Amino acid sequence: MTPLIEARDLVRIYQIRRGLFGRPTPVRAVDGVSLSVMPGETLGIVGESGSGKSTLGRMLLGIDDAQEGSVRFQGQPMPARHTVEWRGLRAKMQLVFQDPLAALDRRVTIANQIAEPLEIHRLIPREHQGSRVTELMRAVGLREDQADRYPHELSGGQRQRAVIARALASRPKLLVCDEPVSALDVSIQAQVVNMMRDLQESNGIAMVFISHDLKVVRNIADRVAVMYLGRIVEEASSDAIFRAPQHPYTKALVSSVPIPGKPLEGRVILQGEPPNPAKRPSGCAFHPRCPLARDICRSVVPELLGIGEGRTAACHVVAGETTPVAA
Amino acid sequence: MGTTSSNLVELRDLRVAFDGVQVLHGIDLDVARGEALGLVGESGCGKSVTWLAALGLLPGKASVSGSVKLEGRELVGGSRTVLESVRGSRIAMIFQDPSSSLNPVLRIGRQIAEALSVHRGLGGEAAKAEALRLIDMVGIPDARRRYDLYAHEFSGGQCQRLMIAMALAGEPDLLIADEPTTALDATIQAQILDLLIRLRAETGMATVFISHDLGAVSQVCERVCVMYAGRIVEEGSVEQLFSEPRHPYTRGLFDAIPRLDGGRERLIPIPGTVPNPKDLPEGCSFSPRCSRAVEACRNERPPLVSLDGGRKLACTRPVPVAAAAETLKSRIAEGLLQ
Repeated sequence: MTPLIEARDLVRIYQIRRGLFGRPTPVRAVDGVSLSVMPGETLGIVGESGSGKSTLGRMLLGIDDAQEGSVRFQGQPMPARHTVEWRGLRAKMQLVFQDPLAALDRRVTIANQIAEPLEIHRLIPREHQGSRVTELMRAVGLREDQADRYPHELSGGQRQRAVIARALASRPKLLVCDEPVSALDVSIQAQVVNMMRDLQESNGIAMVFISHDLKVVRNIADRVAVMYLGRIVEEASSDAIFRAPQHPYTKALVSSVPIPGKPLEGRVILQGEPPNPAKRPSGCAFHPRCPLARDICRSVVPELLGIGEGRTAACHVVAGETTPVAA
Repeated sequence: MGTTSSNLVELRDLRVAFDGVQVLHGIDLDVARGEALGLVGESGCGKSVTWLAALGLLPGKASVSGSVKLEGRELVGGSRTVLESVRGSRIAMIFQDPSSSLNPVLRIGRQIAEALSVHRGLGGEAAKAEALRLIDMVGIPDARRRYDLYAHEFSGGQCQRLMIAMALAGEPDLLIADEPTTALDATIQAQILDLLIRLRAETGMATVFISHDLGAVSQVCERVCVMYAGRIVEEGSVEQLFSEPRHPYTRGLFDAIPRLDGGRERLIPIPGTVPNPKDLPEGCSFSPRCSRAVEACRNERPPLVSLDGGRKLACTRPVPVAAAAETLKSRIAEGLLQ
């Protein structure tokens, strides 16, 4: 089966100027990332700020150009940005952001915003638009009387529902969600997560779910990729990665999630700050914070290798433990 | 809680209204010396407003009534001098976004030294030495070299550490931490929680930890108050509340959090949304969203009453004690059937 979307060795470099007269320094925000998502599958991408997860999401949709590497959608190479082909393809892949108020036009009613993709992509005749919008609103749990409301008249959760309804209007095959529930309160977050799972199951949409909230990712993703400074350091099924994380960074990340009723003792608390992407440490980027770091970690970048059971990890120590031949 | 003398701060019937809209409906709350108290609730429930009102930090359009006593001294309606002698030196507060709380054009060392001169009258070399000690104490390495840096030269986690250092400058008896880890990454959040626990153990200051994150609260606090729509609905020790939540809202908050150590079960959300303070429902404010609500809940608001073991609860039909585990199971089943 061909993956719905497949990325190979994606690289995205930003030029950052340090100070007024400073020379621009290249920052590798995404540094050789390969991944694939099967139709109907949910891939979770977790990582801390600056890990490149949002940039990666935009690159998958072709909104951000890749300097190196390629993206294939349904087996075909991604057309260049702003071409007619690319615009046509955008109906099949949609993006949902964290802040629904920023994603919605404050002067346009909810119903008209949900209808927008239908018009842009000329998907259905105008006379059927109304019923399609009603259907979409019902699917995301908005009431019919909210159709003529403006974004500021809705709550945060309702706005995010409207954004999701709009994203679903063109019947996409892929939804890239960048922290879609992070701004919502716990009780509302659960409503939206359940709704997204239902919609995904009933429509067979594949999803790339980017979040720093491991608990939500655990619940929604089939497979999870952990990013650190622009690279994937571990990838495994959601069940496996949270039950038995292998990479020392994943271990610390999983351990840092406070569990109600459990004390802080016995948890891995990482020393140091997340490193600056502009000053990437040599070798394994995680080595300055890693409790297991050895000499080789300071000089050689570890490759993402299979460690059995369909899992991969980029760690010299983990590789040494499981596949002595490869080390 | 015990007698008057053992409490550091006592709030009685604290009410706040903005432009005539009541947002805080009479909060009674005691903070004992050295204790760690958590305030939990969703956005708009009044958990931050409670303490902003207590310290006189709300804008002029807010009308505050009731009583806030610090060791018997009234703060509500207190003069500027009274409040200024309390803020920072007796009760310090840190906020969610540390980088906007720090002055961007003043060197970090000077900002902390300024707090030391205001609250403790230290100057010159003495202030610098103490500031360096504080920077070191909150876990920023190489304090001497970083003394002359600006806020933008520190990461978010370090800025929060610096805010904590500045809060410690006045040697406060109470530190109010308002969502101090919400804006931080997971691994840094764990560091800051660890720091708050360590500092309380070292200095003996009381901590009020305001957060929507039940997990974080359970690690830092001994006692927790759950707030909903401007009222405390349940109060108890962390163990009591987490093992046996009685208020359906508290129970609902626990059920709504996805579990990291469990499977991929469907989440159990609380239906509906938080009510608008302008238009609170009759009776119990939570009744429209509550699965246990009966007619009485919609007519009469239950008062916060004391139960055994220092617990307090405001609910007409609380979650039964023994059946708590059973309810959870059946609610999961219901959730799956929907």
